[in-house]
Amino acid sequence: MATITAGLPTSYVTSENTISSWLLTKDHKRIALLFFASITFFFFIGGIAATLIRMHLATPEGLLQPDIYNRMFTMHGIVMVWFFLIPSIPTTLGNFIIPLAIGAHDLAFPRINLASWYVFNLSGLVLLYALIMGGIDTGWTFYTPYSTLFANGYVIAATLAVFINGFSSIMTGLNFVVTIHRLRAPGMTWMRLPLFVWGIYSVSLVMLLATPVLAMTVLLVAMERFMGVGIFDPARGGDPLLFQHMFWFYSHPAVYIMILPAMGVVSELITCYVRRPIFGYTGMTYALMSIAIISFFVWGHHMFTAGISIYSAVVFSLMTFFVAVPSAIKVFNWTASLHKGSITFDAPMLYALGFVLLFTIGGLTGLIVATVALDVHLQDTYFVIAHFHYIMVGGTVSAFFGGLHYWWPKITGRLYPEMWARMAALLTFVGFNLTFFPQFILGYLGMPRRYYAYPPEWQAWNVLSSAGASILAVAYILPLGYLGWSLLRGERAAPNPWRATGLEWQTSSPPPKHNFERTPVVTAGPYLYDPEDGGFIAQNGAVNA
Amino acid sequence: MRSLQPEIQYATLSQQGETAQLGMWVFIATETLFFGALIFTYFIYRDAYPKEFAEAGKDAVLWCGSVNVGLLLTSSLTMVLAIDAAADGRRRHLKNWLLATAGLGIAFVCVKGVEWCLDFAHHDVPSINFIMKPAEAPAGELFWVFYFIATPLHALHLLIGLGLILYMLWRVRRGDLTPAYYAPLEVVGLYWSFVDTVWIFLYPCIYLVGRS
Repeated sequence: MATITAGLPTSYVTSENTISSWLLTKDHKRIALLFFASITFFFFIGGIAATLIRMHLATPEGLLQPDIYNRMFTMHGIVMVWFFLIPSIPTTLGNFIIPLAIGAHDLAFPRINLASWYVFNLSGLVLLYALIMGGIDTGWTFYTPYSTLFANGYVIAATLAVFINGFSSIMTGLNFVVTIHRLRAPGMTWMRLPLFVWGIYSVSLVMLLATPVLAMTVLLVAMERFMGVGIFDPARGGDPLLFQHMFWFYSHPAVYIMILPAMGVVSELITCYVRRPIFGYTGMTYALMSIAIISFFVWGHHMFTAGISIYSAVVFSLMTFFVAVPSAIKVFNWTASLHKGSITFDAPMLYALGFVLLFTIGGLTGLIVATVALDVHLQDTYFVIAHFHYIMVGGTVSAFFGGLHYWWPKITGRLYPEMWARMAALLTFVGFNLTFFPQFILGYLGMPRRYYAYPPEWQAWNVLSSAGASILAVAYILPLGYLGWSLLRGERAAPNPWRATGLEWQTSSPPPKHNFERTPVVTAGPYLYDPEDGGFIAQNGAVNA
Repeated sequence: MRSLQPEIQYATLSQQGETAQLGMWVFIATETLFFGALIFTYFIYRDAYPKEFAEAGKDAVLWCGSVNVGLLLTSSLTMVLAIDAAADGRRRHLKNWLLATAGLGIAFVCVKGVEWCLDFAHHDVPSINFIMKPAEAPAGELFWVFYFIATPLHALHLLIGLGLILYMLWRVRRGDLTPAYYAPLEVVGLYWSFVDTVWIFLYPCIYLVGRS
């Protein structure tokens, strides 16, 4: 790679070149790149499954055998949830940016950080084993007693993969919490932290407190299947609903594990491309923390039709409405931040605006399914599918791509081609809506999720959805091409190409091995942008530099 | 004597030490949720089948569990004495207290092994040789399922703790636990006390409730 050398201060990329210097690195920036490679791989595995699902659903009678179809949506769910969405922003952008953004020289526990990557890959191998041997047909939720008594797939291997994957989540979350508590640069008070740091902090707390419960839950499922005991088997005194309670105690907060870091990313993008301070910074931090806390008390809304008592259903419904309050605060504040700003529509901003719009639709339809009476009609239909894809794909994946473009010059030292990136951002938005908006209508009409066939009168909406999915596929493959090109041929990036305020922009692009020549001293809050002339004050007090 | 330099991301050794301790506290929080979920399922089923669980619990070997409470509580004391010795730089005491802690931990595992053999002899091992007594039906087996998930998990944590103590002994030998920096030992001590505390919660669940 002769192209990335000469004349620059030695960056973390060029400092050492051996394979072991990458595989045994303790540098958070290199580990972030290792995670990039792993989750990109799994993103495309999950994407292949999604492609097959949409191809199958383009005609009422379908293309795959019913059993294969079950294995496909299960694989899509497991891979996308645990092997892409949950680690996506924290392990890559979080890993790379958090120490830089708080002015630290590395994460608190670099070895644990590296171990997290190895554990993640180990769990990925176990999952691939389950897939190659024949897959799992339980759906990503492993509902008992189906998963324990009847399913004929590789349930134990899949639950083991999820169990091991949890260690990686916990190690990464623990590292972030401790780092943000203990390694902030002098002057970097809690109320001066960029909202991306707050987003990662809140998500780490959820990871730490929810993941162990999932670990115990899947352990019990694996034990029941392996030992032939009756933990969740009603015939032997077990309670299958208990599984659902324990599973959703993790898996509802898991939705917030996906969205909280995305919210943090979007706050960085909007302020930078609007050249304005964020509207209501304090409210934004409280909103992140309240979402994290309330997320632990809403799991029952997944079980309205499962036979829980009507009283607890009403309470869970009410709690779910509560979680909408801080979410709405965030949407209003992002919108208010646009007011009287000086907006440029660069690719990261397009992704961020897409996020706000899609998250709003996803959030509002969340209120519809949180209403007990409506949920009885909509539960287990495509309405639910569309709702959570608006949050997870429209929200999280948009923010992930937005953040990836925004920090690309910092990570690689190269600029990405703006026109291509804008096109990908627009395609994502169009393709996404075309894929998932028809599913709201299908769900409202009553099309159940997970069925491999449907009556012919629903075909038009399904064809629209599948057509949208092919646009979405192009939008996700495009960046692979032009970002790859930029890696080799892109224009060299200045330390602060977007004239942004964060500390990560106050060091060279790409940063040196230990991030800063000298530990920065923080004298200013985040987001001191001036919409009049586009000027800014960086967090270390540097003006327009 | 190795020279004591903090790692690159820390300004001082004391910052490094306090950070390591915070890390262990956070880890203990996740462990609490892990064991908490298991104990939670136990209470759900205990609440659903109080008579059957009480009946099944009478087979649990009370003396083994009780002796083990004593062993573990004592080992937490010796661990604290080891930390105290490290703080004062009394290396020989440090080594001996660590050995005592490890010895008590090994004794715990041995008693546990004896107990598992007795459980096997009583036909209490689900899916291997379980025989349901009429008074336990239908849910008595769930008590023993809980028992055979909780106790091996706890023993596994204890074995990891033993490994950490051996690692500390090696570091004592190498001479890099000094009064200026003995945070690793404090971190191991926190973990050890946590494993101890888990047993304090498991003990009444398994051996005491509904026994009279």
